[in-house]
Formats: sequence, C-alpha cells, structure tokens
Amino acid sequence: MNKKRQLKDRGIEYIFFIFALISIVILCMILFFLFREGLPVFGLVSVKDFLFGEYWYPTSEPPDFGIFPLIVASLLVTMCSAAVAIPLGVMTAIYLAEIASKRIKEFAKPMVELLASLPSVVIGFFGMVVVAPFLQEAFDIPTGLNLFNASLMLAFMSVPTICTISEDAIASVPVELKEASLALGATHWESIVRVIIPASLSGLSTAVILGMSRAIGETMVVLMVAGGAAMVPSSVFDPVRPMPASIAAEMAEAPFRGEHYHALFATGMVLFVFTLIFNFIADYISNKHRQVGASTL
Amino acid sequence: MKLNLLKVITVLISVLCLSTGAWAENLEIKGSTTVLPIAQKAAEAFMKVYPDINVSVSGGGSGNGIKAIIDGTTDIADTSRFIKGKEVALAVEKGVYPVPFGIAYDCIVPVLHPSNPINNLTINQLKAIYEGKIKNWKQVGGPDLQIVVISRDTSSGTYEVWESLIMNKARVYPGALLQASNGAVAQAVSKNKYAIGYVGLSYLNKELKAIKVDGVEATMENALSKAYPVSRVLYMFTKGWPSGVTLQFINFMMHPAKGQKIVAEAGYIPLY
Repeated sequence: MNKKRQLKDRGIEYIFFIFALISIVILCMILFFLFREGLPVFGLVSVKDFLFGEYWYPTSEPPDFGIFPLIVASLLVTMCSAAVAIPLGVMTAIYLAEIASKRIKEFAKPMVELLASLPSVVIGFFGMVVVAPFLQEAFDIPTGLNLFNASLMLAFMSVPTICTISEDAIASVPVELKEASLALGATHWESIVRVIIPASLSGLSTAVILGMSRAIGETMVVLMVAGGAAMVPSSVFDPVRPMPASIAAEMAEAPFRGEHYHALFATGMVLFVFTLIFNFIADYISNKHRQVGASTL
Repeated sequence: MKLNLLKVITVLISVLCLSTGAWAENLEIKGSTTVLPIAQKAAEAFMKVYPDINVSVSGGGSGNGIKAIIDGTTDIADTSRFIKGKEVALAVEKGVYPVPFGIAYDCIVPVLHPSNPINNLTINQLKAIYEGKIKNWKQVGGPDLQIVVISRDTSSGTYEVWESLIMNKARVYPGALLQASNGAVAQAVSKNKYAIGYVGLSYLNKELKAIKVDGVEATMENALSKAYPVSRVLYMFTKGWPSGVTLQFINFMMHPAKGQKIVAEAGYIPLY
C-alpha cells in the first residue's frame, strides 16, 4: 500500500516536471527557428552594417539592410514611455499601498488592472483616431503620428504592469519596519520616503524594467501610432519606426526565405536580445537588493 | 474505472468520425489583403450556388499567399502583384508550378485631405514629393504648408506598383510615414490636412480627396483604356493547372455575370 502511494507521488512529480519542461522546449524551438531564419542575412551584410546602417530599403535593388534608425526608434520610444510611466505607475502604487483608504483601494486597484486588459489594438486605435488629431492641433505639428504619441500610448500599457508589481513590492515590506520608523517619531511621509521605498527598491526596479520590456516588445501600438518613418528623429514630434512595427508591417508580404525575410528575422533577434537584457537586469536587481526579513522580538 | 475511460474514448472517436463524415469539399483561399474583399464576396456567392463546397478565405499578404501555394497549404493564392523570380525558383525547386489568373484591375489613387485645394499632380511632381525633394505644398501651387508624405510598407503589393509606376526605381525618402494597410493610409490622410497618400480605388470615400494624375482621373474607363497611369492587375494563383473545385471557383470568378460582377461590387474594375 505504502509503495503504491510512493509510486503515485513519483508519478505526479514526473507529470509536473513534464509540464514545466514543455514551456522550456517550446521556447528553445522558437529560438532555434528565430536564429535559423535570421542568421542567413549576415551572409549578405556584415553585423556592423546591419546594426549601424542608416538606410532600411529592403526591397530596392540593391537592397539596404540598416536597422540603426529602427533600433534608435525602439530605444527612444521605450525611454520616453518610461519617463511617463514610471512616475505614474510608482506613485499610484505608493498611493494604493500606503495612503488610500480601503474603500478607495478596492475601487481603484481593479481599475488600474483593467487598463492592462485593454487590447493593444484598442489603445492603438485610440492613439490614431483621438490623440493624433489632438496633438496635431494642440502643438501645430505636421503629424500626430509620432514618437510622442507612441510613447504616451505605450506608457498607458506599461503603467498597470509597473503599478501592480510595485504595489506588491511595497505591500510586502515587513510592517515592523514601518512601525519602527513611526515609533522613532518619523511622519508617515518620512516613513514612506526613507524606509518603505528603500526597502522595496528591488521590487520597484523589477516592476519598472518589466514594464519597459513590455513597451519595447509591443507591436500593434507602435505600428499604428508611431508614424513609421525609418529615420533617426530630430525631435520628439518626428515619426519613427520601432523594430516590432517594421517586422509586423513587412513580414506578411516579404518573399518567403528571401533576403528581406531573413533580415526581418534578424531584426527579431535583435529585439529578443534587448528583451533578454532587460529581463537579466530585472533578475539581477531583484536578487541583489532583496530585503531579507526583519528582526522582531 | 477502466470501463468508464473506454466508454469516453469510444464516444469521442464516434463523434470525430461523424463530424468528418459529412462529405463537404473544401477550398482554401489565402493571400493579399487588397484582393480579400473580392475573394470574400465571391466565396459567399459561390457557396450559395454550391452549398456542398466549403470555401474558407483568409488574408495575410501576397507573399504569404504564394508561400502557402508552394507549401501546399492553400488551393488558391490571391496576390496584388505578379509572382517574383525568387518565388518561382523556390516553387520549381519543390515541384510546384503556380498558374496565374488575372481576375480584376485596380487603380492606385493619390489622395489628399479634402481641405487641400490641389486637384492634379504630374507623375514627376508625385515622384519629387515622395523623394522628399518637394517639401511644401506651395511648390506645387497649394497653400504654404509642409507636406506629410504617407507611404505603404515596402513589401506591400500597392507599394511595389507605386514604386515601379511613379517612383521609377527611385527611393521613397526615409522621412515618409509608413502605414501597414490601405485602410490605415485612408484613415491617416483623412485626419491630416498636410498629408498625401495613395490607396486602392475601393478605399476612396468622401473624407478623402482623390486627385488626377497627369490630368487623368482614376475611373473604370480610364483604367481599362490604360489612360490612367497607375493601375495594376490583381491575380489568383493556383497550384498547377486548376482542376475539380479549384477550377469551378476560377471559372465562377471569371464569369462576366458572376465573379466579375462581384469584382465591380467590391469597388474594383472588372476585366470586361
């Protein structure tokens, strides 16, 4: 009888192991496919010309495969959206975790999370139809489909990610730390700034970086509202074309296994490397600055 | 316990057998989003006439359509451009011989915001605008406003036609905005008084101002007589010479009172 139970237990362990393995295997297969389809382009252009080439004319004769303007666009859009989303997300999280009354929190938190469930195509459409004409009128600029608009829309998308993870991080700061701070005569505000935020810094950083990695990989929004000009922008109101937008717009019509097709997969590889770096940073920070427990009596 | 499992499996298998047991024939159509409205309407009309045949239509782009023909995952590929040399080579390598059928004509029309007073541009002016050499509307007789150039993604069929007929192999300058579909270009131009774009004939609406090219208006007659300079043929490719259901559909598509009538209804130009 006992042996049978042990056997069953082992069996269940293996089943879970297989399920965990499936996602890893799938990831490896996708990666293998990505690199198999992307690497052949480097037989045509050098890595340096690909990454730092200024012109992206994949279909002209002879073609130019330079994704420098696309990389710059992706980074700029991500940074600008972070500049909007970080204060918004982190402050909302602090408010929800520390200041808001229970009733407000019960109402506001689901609302912020609802923002995360908005499909990106809806946000993109909003940016295209509502925000773009508004920006054009308000700033008297030639086009509302630009870097600024895209950053704003991406910020809307990363705020819920940043806010939810930050809130969890702040809420998991041991209550003893806060109590100690208050007991020493610090005000609520001083406790938040001097004790709670430093204690939850690793969680906050993770939140920010995960939010940013969502922004850099987001496709639909940048395809719809970034404008799509493949050049290095000279102002925040210039149209840009981030990497995902280029891939999404061109992949459907690129001749199968042609140079253009391989170049788009190689762009995907670059994008993957960027997301990977973001995730490594998040992982590193969350491990390094972890608040390890609190001592109590 | 074991018996129950056996029962469940038996039921599942019999359900599967029943569902595939219906003797419907399938026809897959895939490819260009430009041809999609025609294919969609034609498929609906075709299924009304032949209720036994199940036609499924999807978009994805000309390149994907051709790829699907080569892979054998579709019966008919819609394209808004002719097959390319590289694609033919790949097909022949796999022992596939794509056969083209021209099913309709389409005009590509330069469009402006309705508030723009310009009615006509020459091919040379259009080329200079898209090359970034003309940057202000006053250089072509319009108001003193910067020109916002809206183009399509470089691999779309519409772009290729524009590139070969207007640009004459010159490059669209990098500052041009890119939109991923005809609908998106129409949307962007209708909201922007600085803008110029180009769309297929069926995408014209009252929020867009279609202009003449070299003094010729984009109409059905001008396209058929080749007076209008920016027109193209839309194709359906089959895998080898069509037979069976595929042949039935192609015949339906080419019939003047059936398929070609649908072409006109969808806003494109019938062959005859």
